[in-house]
Amino acid sequence: MADHDTAPGTAKELGAFLERRREQIAQRWADAALFRTVFTVSRDEAVEACKAVLDALADVSRSGRLEDVEAPGFGTVRDQLGRMAAARARAGFTPVQIAGEVAGLREPVTALLRAEFQDDADDERVTACTQALAVLTSTLRLVIMETTVSAGEELIARQRQQLLEVATPVIKLWDGVVAVPLIGTLDSARSQVVMESLLEAIVDQRAAYAILDITGVPTVDSLVAQHLMKTVAAARLMGAECIVSGIRPAIAQTIVQLGIDLGSIITRAGLADALAYALTQQGIVVSARPVTEAGPR
Amino acid sequence: MHAPITSTTRLPIGSDADLAWVRQQVRQAAADLGFNLVQQTKLVTAASELARNALVHGGGGHMEMTVLAEGAHRGLRLSFVDAGPGIRDVELAMTDGYTTGGGLGMGLSGAKRLVKEFTLDTRPGQGTTVTIVDWVSGLPAPRTGAP
Amino acid sequence: MTGLPAMHPGPGPVPVLALGDVLLVTLQGELHDGAAEQLQHDISRRIASSPVPVTGVVIDLSGVEIIDSFLGRVLAEIAASARLLAARTILAGMRPAVAITLVELGLTLPGLSTALNVEKALSLLGRASSAAPTAHLEEGA
Repeated sequence: MADHDTAPGTAKELGAFLERRREQIAQRWADAALFRTVFTVSRDEAVEACKAVLDALADVSRSGRLEDVEAPGFGTVRDQLGRMAAARARAGFTPVQIAGEVAGLREPVTALLRAEFQDDADDERVTACTQALAVLTSTLRLVIMETTVSAGEELIARQRQQLLEVATPVIKLWDGVVAVPLIGTLDSARSQVVMESLLEAIVDQRAAYAILDITGVPTVDSLVAQHLMKTVAAARLMGAECIVSGIRPAIAQTIVQLGIDLGSIITRAGLADALAYALTQQGIVVSARPVTEAGPR
Repeated sequence: MHAPITSTTRLPIGSDADLAWVRQQVRQAAADLGFNLVQQTKLVTAASELARNALVHGGGGHMEMTVLAEGAHRGLRLSFVDAGPGIRDVELAMTDGYTTGGGLGMGLSGAKRLVKEFTLDTRPGQGTTVTIVDWVSGLPAPRTGAP
Repeated sequence: MTGLPAMHPGPGPVPVLALGDVLLVTLQGELHDGAAEQLQHDISRRIASSPVPVTGVVIDLSGVEIIDSFLGRVLAEIAASARLLAARTILAGMRPAVAITLVELGLTLPGLSTALNVEKALSLLGRASSAAPTAHLEEGA
């Protein structure tokens, strides 16, 4: 066991010290960027946050589990540490930089520790305590890094979802006609979102016609073509007709070469043609108002 | 590898009513774990196919349902176990449209397409175990137009 | 989006309603295999014994949360036997998640007619007067 020779007595002593000097350490930490930039309401708020972390550290020290990221003492501040890490991450700091900031918290405590034991002849006790403090700080750093990473993952997942939603708007073109103009490369995840959003829109809008416009899609591989076919088939099962518009000559050629049969699918050159088809099918005639009759008095 | 975070639930497959119960329990577990509606529907449908297979071809058996956790990811593992005659020609049984029962021959091959992981273990005369695993995708269900 | 959370596991028979020359069947929640097969027989018998010739069968699926290959086969067979008796079958209101799953499963039910809801299905059969497909709507102006 790599215990760094932290005797239970030393850990307890460190805990007692952190408790005794709670106010002073908190006052010093409150000016560190890690707290100052996160708890912005007032300095008192930052000091309170520091005290919460200190209490947790003192608790962990007393339990003697200086190296244990799962020590129960951390439980009470895990949420707070997570929020701090997330705020720093949002401000553009990398996990390594955040870890550096956490490590920086050790210095003011070490200084206080040395000052307190200044007159003490027992040099070994001071060294043991500073060493224990170093161990505790690196454990805190691990705990925070853990929350940083998961906060980062959450952020990425959320952004990805937002991106998918932004990239696939379903538009109501007419009563009973919805359309998705697809722009950019379609991957499997996005195809899935397109499919689900379009089918949901068919229900919400009671749309008998759904247009998939792929004018803005540079290439179509067999996977994407399959997704298009599946979307068309699913829409049909729901009672709606799907029209694929904007298949460019190069894509049409690819589809033929891939041996995919789009024969059963209604295609039109452009979005406007697809809309015209959907309207005609419903018996809707759009015509210019005769000029002679125009002009309100 | 997969550390189960709850104990395994075991449901019998011996009748029509058991199939319905399997579907309901899988739906409930999938919903609790945060599977979106499409994923839930795919998983329940796959479970229904495999449970019916165990009932019709395997003469009944049971399903084991285990919740999986891997880091922050949550998943569901379903094993369908029967002690029937086994499948002689797995490749043929996995072919679309091949059927020895009264269905459309989409049971095994179709169920495989509905989930992320699919394993089939069969020995002639000793029964069949089909195990499927699906993971909650990181993406929540797409928002619908409703405000 | 909103899945009905609780379904009543009704193993009983599915009622078949007659609306003039159209039979309307509403499927709901959990359907046992036996009840599905029973329904298949009931529909055939109703078409054959109906005093008025039945021209259409509308199956409302809006309350159905899953369709597996068994129920898919039953639906296809209902349509096939109805066709032999000169009636057209329309599936109405299938949910998106169910449709996606059926397609992934490989069941596209090619011979079956579909409609967004019962109203549209009835108008497809030429029953409802209001939304006849040839009507000229005014919103184009």
